This record gives sequence, structure tokens and C-alpha cells, in this order.
Amino acid sequence: MIELKGVRKAFGEHVVLDDCTLTVRDRETMVVIGYSGTGKSVLLKHVVGLLLPDAGQVIVDGQSVPDLNRHGLSNLRAQIGYVFQAAALFDSMTVAENVALGLRRRALADDEIAERVSEALALVDLTGNDDKLPAELSGGMRKRVGIARAIALRPRYILYDEPTTGLDPVTSAVIDQLMVRTREHLGVTGIVVTHDMRSAYTVGDRIAMLYEGKIRQVGSVAEIQATQDPLVRQFIEGIPS
Amino acid sequence: MITALGRNTAATVRSVGRLGQFLSDTVRALPDVGIWFPLTITQMRRVGVDSLPVALFIAAFTGIVLALQASYTFTGTVPLYFVGTLVGKTMMLELGPVLAGLALAGRVGASMAAELGTMRVTEQVDALETLAYDPQSFLVIPRIVAGTTMFPVIVAFAIAVGITTGWLTSLGLLGLSTPDFLKGLKLFYVFKDVWYGLFKSATFGFTITLVGCVVGLGTRGGAEGVGLSTTRAVVYSAVLLLVLDAFWAMTIL
Repeated sequence: MIELKGVRKAFGEHVVLDDCTLTVRDRETMVVIGYSGTGKSVLLKHVVGLLLPDAGQVIVDGQSVPDLNRHGLSNLRAQIGYVFQAAALFDSMTVAENVALGLRRRALADDEIAERVSEALALVDLTGNDDKLPAELSGGMRKRVGIARAIALRPRYILYDEPTTGLDPVTSAVIDQLMVRTREHLGVTGIVVTHDMRSAYTVGDRIAMLYEGKIRQVGSVAEIQATQDPLVRQFIEGIPS
Repeated sequence: MITALGRNTAATVRSVGRLGQFLSDTVRALPDVGIWFPLTITQMRRVGVDSLPVALFIAAFTGIVLALQASYTFTGTVPLYFVGTLVGKTMMLELGPVLAGLALAGRVGASMAAELGTMRVTEQVDALETLAYDPQSFLVIPRIVAGTTMFPVIVAFAIAVGITTGWLTSLGLLGLSTPDFLKGLKLFYVFKDVWYGLFKSATFGFTITLVGCVVGLGTRGGAEGVGLSTTRAVVYSAVLLLVLDAFWAMTIL
């Protein structure tokens, strides 16, 4: 389970998260929606300890993330797959080396690493691209490699930061299917940060809207679709203010 | 004015604090030898092989100019074999380490700041952390160790090339014989000349790579931030290198 309780985060004078509270249950996929620049990625980075809250608690798997030491944080991160917005692949490494990097941190034999890399690349339909460099891939393929790198670790949690942003509708649908397939295949608990409502409805068990640093509403897909909150409705229907 | 002074002081204290934290994190990551050692070999190759041509090019022409200027200064007042003394001493003690260091501050420091800055703004550094790697052991230590160990090697080659071109210039243009040049070269030679120059270049290597890493990993923003970090790394490295040069001259010589 992932819990954020009363989290506050400011960068200088700018308060991004303000008393933000959210619970993600085991094996569910929580989609966090919200306007650009409202702190969705900031929220995600707190879960994996890349950012520390100014106040409040971030609890993952029963452990308080800000209180973990270097070793504890490393162990926790080994259970979390993180898919970055622009994939964040290492330019100088091939696709296979990128996917294998997290596995090499663990005491796994080379054979097992190779097997897991092949398995992960097969799951994202990228078999045969092992030796390509990130620069040789399209945007959609890079995102799929990012997903393969996350799932190769066989994580208990997976965090997606705007996985479909900047992709065409067909490639976005492929990524959505992939996220659903990953959840079914690995049974992971996930958070997906997006402002793509089609994607949110496809992959989410529940949807939370972040607005002005707080969670404005949380509910199932049906509940969000039927919301009477004018702000949430405006966002999900894409009505200009 | 007082507000501005206070703000600047606070910013300086914060920067020193960040540098202290950075160094402490780096030292704490030293036990991860299994991670940083193999990457250090790659960095040593990059720092060494890539930088050698620039350093040798500068040294070669410095040796020529030193010999000609020495001859210009000494003619009619000092025996010409002192050209060997001046070329040798100057290349070993000062111009070898400092000119190579300044060139490499541009070559190596800028390249590290740009590479790490790009990795920072494209979230590759964050990705490393989420994959349970410590950026200090994966990115910083290999670069600093490579810089500290390879700079003396590069400078040793540069000194050798500078003295060689000084000798060839003396032979070809000044009419000095090889025994006379060697006589001058050996005249006031002490072993300290060599180790002082090489030790100094190791500290230059440490400083330039440290600055490249600190500035690179501290990059914010996009392409503009990377450009700013690259410029900063070169300027800070060059300034620190010259300050360090004066410091060692005051404390060791």
C-alpha cells in the first residue's frame, strides 16, 4: 500500500503540494489527473524518495520513505519500477543494457539477467531490438523500453509519469494496453500520472484529481465520470474556462 | 545594499554547504568499489586518450616558444645553454601542468558538466536512483578518480614533448648543441621539479573533475541550464586551478 498523509512540498515560495492525502491500495492502479504543473510528478517522486516532503508522511509498504537510510531506500527502490515521462534511457547504452541495468544491481547470474531482459522486451513487443541505441528508437518505442526496464525488476509497485504524453492516439492505446497487461501479468500496485482522460479510463481502477496541491476528488472510474464537482467535470470534459 | 550583501553571503554559505554535502556523499559511496571501479577504467580512457592530443599540441608549441624567448633574453648576457635550464624547469614546474590543466578544464570539465547536466535535466540521474544506484558511485567517483590519476600521466607526456620541441628548436634555430642543451637541462635539476609538477597536476585533475561533476549534477532547466553549467564549469575550474597553482607555489616551493 502507498499512503501520502498531509504532504506539503514547496520550492522556494511556490507551494506545490499542500496537505495532500492519498491512499493507493494493494494491486490497484490509481490514476492521478490534473492540470499541467499542478505537482503530479512531484507527488510521484515523493513515493520513491527522489523528493522529500517538507511536512506530512509518505508510507510505502509500511515504511516511512523520508525516514529510510541509504540502505533502506535502496531496498525499497528495488521493489519499485519507475517509468519516466521522457523514458530517461541512458543514451550510451543499448536497449538491452538499459533494461539490464537495474538487474545488474542485484546478485543475479548473467543468464538470468539475459532471460529477464528478453522476457521484458517480449512483453513490450520489442523483441529483436536489443542492440539498438535509444537515439535509433521512436518516441513510443523509447517509452516501451522505459516500461520494460521497470518491469524487468519484477517490482511490487510501478509508477508511470505521463506515459502517453506526446504520443499519437494509436501508440497511446498500445501503451495503455501494455500498462493493463503489466498489471495482469505482474499483479503490481500502480500509480499513473496523466492528463490523458482516455488513458485514465482505460488503465485506472480509481482516479484522483490533484488541484492546487490537494486531492480534490478520488473515486472509481464510474464515480469520476458521474462527478458533480464542476472543477473535476471541467477537467475531464476538457471544457475551457 | 545590506540586503544584497546578506543575500550573497547566504548564497555563498549555501553553496559551501552543498559542496560539503556533495563531498561527504562521495566519500560515503567509496565502498561501492564493484560499481565505480569498472566505470573508472572507461573514464580513464576517455580523459586520457581524448585529452592527450590537445595537451601535446599545446606543449609542443610552448617548448618552441620557450626556447626562442629564452634565447632572445639570454643572448649577450647569459650563456646560451641556460635555454635548456629554462625550458626544463618551466615545463616541469609551471607551464606543463598549468597550460595542460587550463586546456583540460575546457576539454574535460566542460564535457563532464554538459554530459551530467544533460543526464540531470532528462531525468537519467533520477532513473539511476530509482534503479537503486547511487549517482556518486556510478557517475562521480569514476570521473574524479580518472581525472586525478590521468592528469599527471597527460602532463608527464606534455612535459616530455615540450622539452623535446625546445631541444629541437635549440638545435635547429639557435645553433645550440645537444650536449649544451642537456648541460643546461641538468644544471639546476632536482627530483622535486618532477614530483611537484605531477602532484600539482593530480590536484588540478581532482579539482576540474570535481567542479565538472558538482556543476553538472546541479543543473536545472533545459538546454539553457546545460549551457550555463558548461560555461560555469570552465570558468570555475580555470579560476580554482590558478588559485591552487599559487597556493602550491606558496606552500611547497
